[in-house]
Amino acid sequence: MILYDYVLSPSCYKVRLLASLLGTGLDLRPVDFHPGAEHHGPEFRALNPAGTIPVLTDARLVLTESGAILTYLAAVKAPEWLGHDDPAMQARVANWLAFSQRLTASAGGARLHDMLGFSGDIDTLRAQATDALRELEAAIHARRRRGGIFLAADRPTIADIACFPYAALAPDGGVSLDPYPSIRLWMRAIRALPGFIEMPGIHRLHEQMPEPGPMPDVVRKESA
Amino acid sequence: MSVTMQDHWYPVALASGLRRSARDTLLLGRAIRVALDDGGAPVVTAEGRALPVQVKFGHVWTTLGVPAGDVFDIPEADQPGRRLVEVGSVKVRCSPLRAVENFLDIAHFPFVHTDVLGSEPHTEVERYEVEIRDDVDEVWATKVKFFQPQAARSAQGGITTEYMYRVPGPTCSVLYKTCPPRPGEWDVITLFVQPLTETTCEVWPWMALFDDDSTMTEMIHFQQLIFLQDRSILENQLPALLPLDPGREIPTRADMLSIAYRRWLKRHGYTFGAQLVAA
Repeated sequence: MILYDYVLSPSCYKVRLLASLLGTGLDLRPVDFHPGAEHHGPEFRALNPAGTIPVLTDARLVLTESGAILTYLAAVKAPEWLGHDDPAMQARVANWLAFSQRLTASAGGARLHDMLGFSGDIDTLRAQATDALRELEAAIHARRRRGGIFLAADRPTIADIACFPYAALAPDGGVSLDPYPSIRLWMRAIRALPGFIEMPGIHRLHEQMPEPGPMPDVVRKESA
Repeated sequence: MSVTMQDHWYPVALASGLRRSARDTLLLGRAIRVALDDGGAPVVTAEGRALPVQVKFGHVWTTLGVPAGDVFDIPEADQPGRRLVEVGSVKVRCSPLRAVENFLDIAHFPFVHTDVLGSEPHTEVERYEVEIRDDVDEVWATKVKFFQPQAARSAQGGITTEYMYRVPGPTCSVLYKTCPPRPGEWDVITLFVQPLTETTCEVWPWMALFDDDSTMTEMIHFQQLIFLQDRSILENQLPALLPLDPGREIPTRADMLSIAYRRWLKRHGYTFGAQLVAA
C-alpha cells in the first residue's frame, strides 16, 4: 500500500499511526504540501481531483478520505479495529468517523491558519473547535463513568484514531486542552498503546518522574 | 550612529513563493506589504513607502531603517554541489528572540528531538567555546560536539556531530554541522526569523546541504519535522519575552551560547521581544 504523505498532516498521521499500531508497513510518498503546494499540481490532481492528502493506493484501489483509508487498513489487517461486534458499536464508529471531520475543519483549520498562514476566520474556527472538543469531552466522560476510555468500544477502534490527532493538536491552533480532563486521559491511553508513534506536537509518553517536593528554602526567601 | 533593530535586514517572503497577489504581513509590529512589480521584481512597502529590498538565500529581505550594509554573507553556501532547500515559513506564538535562542540550544536535542537529533542517555553537552567577535559583530560558538541518532536526512545511524553556531543578526542564526556524506565539509542550516510582534514571529528555515540521495521534498520534510517539534515547546515558554537580565534562571555550562546571545542583544539594545526586568 502506498500512502501519499505529509509529515505535518494530522490526517496522514492517522494512517501512519494505525499502520504502526497494526504492525504493518506502508510505502510512503512524501508530498510537498508546504511550501510547494504539490497537492494542487496537475500530477497530484490526476491522482486525487480534490487535491487533498492523504491518498492511499493499493493496486487499482485509490482512497482519498482518511476515514475510508482507516477502514480499509483495519479491514485488511485487523478487523477487530473496525468495531463491528454489534450494530450499535458499528454505528458508533461510523458516527465518530463523521464527527472527526468537524474536528478537521475546525481545529485543523485553526492550526493551518496559525501555523502555515492559511486564510480563515480564526475566531469562528476556534469557537467551532471548542464546541467539538466539549462534545468529545462529554462523550469520553460518559464512557469513563462506565469504566471505559475509548470512544466506541472497550478497546481502541478506528474511531479513536480518526479523532485523536486533531484533538491532540488543537493547541497548535490556539485552542487549549486544559479544560478537558477526559480528553487528556483518553489521549494518554492512546499514547500508551503498543506500537504508538509520534508526530511533531504529539509526544510519546515519558516515564513519570518522582514529585519534585517542596520548594527549597532559598527560593522561598527570595520571593518573600 | 548606533545600529538599532530597525536597521537590520529581515526575511519577509520566499522569492519563489511570491504571487501577483500581495502578501500582507508585519515587521517589528509595523504593517508591510510584499508584492511583485510589473517586471516581476519583489517590492516591499510600509504605509505606501517603498522599503529597501534584497533577494538572498531564496528569500526577500527588507528593513525599516537604514542598513549598515547588505544582507550578511554565508560563503560556504556558494560552494558548488550544495542543494539549496527552501523549507517555507512557520508561524510561532513566541518572541522572535526566543525562536533564535532555542535554535542555539544544544541541550534540548535528546528531549525535544528524541531519537533524531539526540537520545537519552546521551544528554551531556561537552564544553565548547563561545565568543562575541567584535570585528564582525557576531556571536559564535565553536567545537560543539553532540551524539545524534539521525543527524540529517542523509545520516546512516548514530554519529557524534560537530557544530558551529553563528548569530549574524538579532533574529538570524546560521549553524554549521558535520556533513554525513562528506566528512570535511559543513552542512549549512539557517534559521531566519521575521519578527512580527514582540511575542509572535514567522520562521523561515533555509539549508545548503550536500546530499545526493534525498529528494527535495524529503529534505524539506525532515527540517519541518524538526522545527515543528520545537514549535510546541516555544509556544509554552515563560515568560513570553526573553529576559536579558539574570534573575531566577540558573544557567549551566551548556547555556554559555544563550548567555552570550542575550549579552550581545542587551549590549546593542536589541530588545524587541526581550524584557529587561529580571525574570
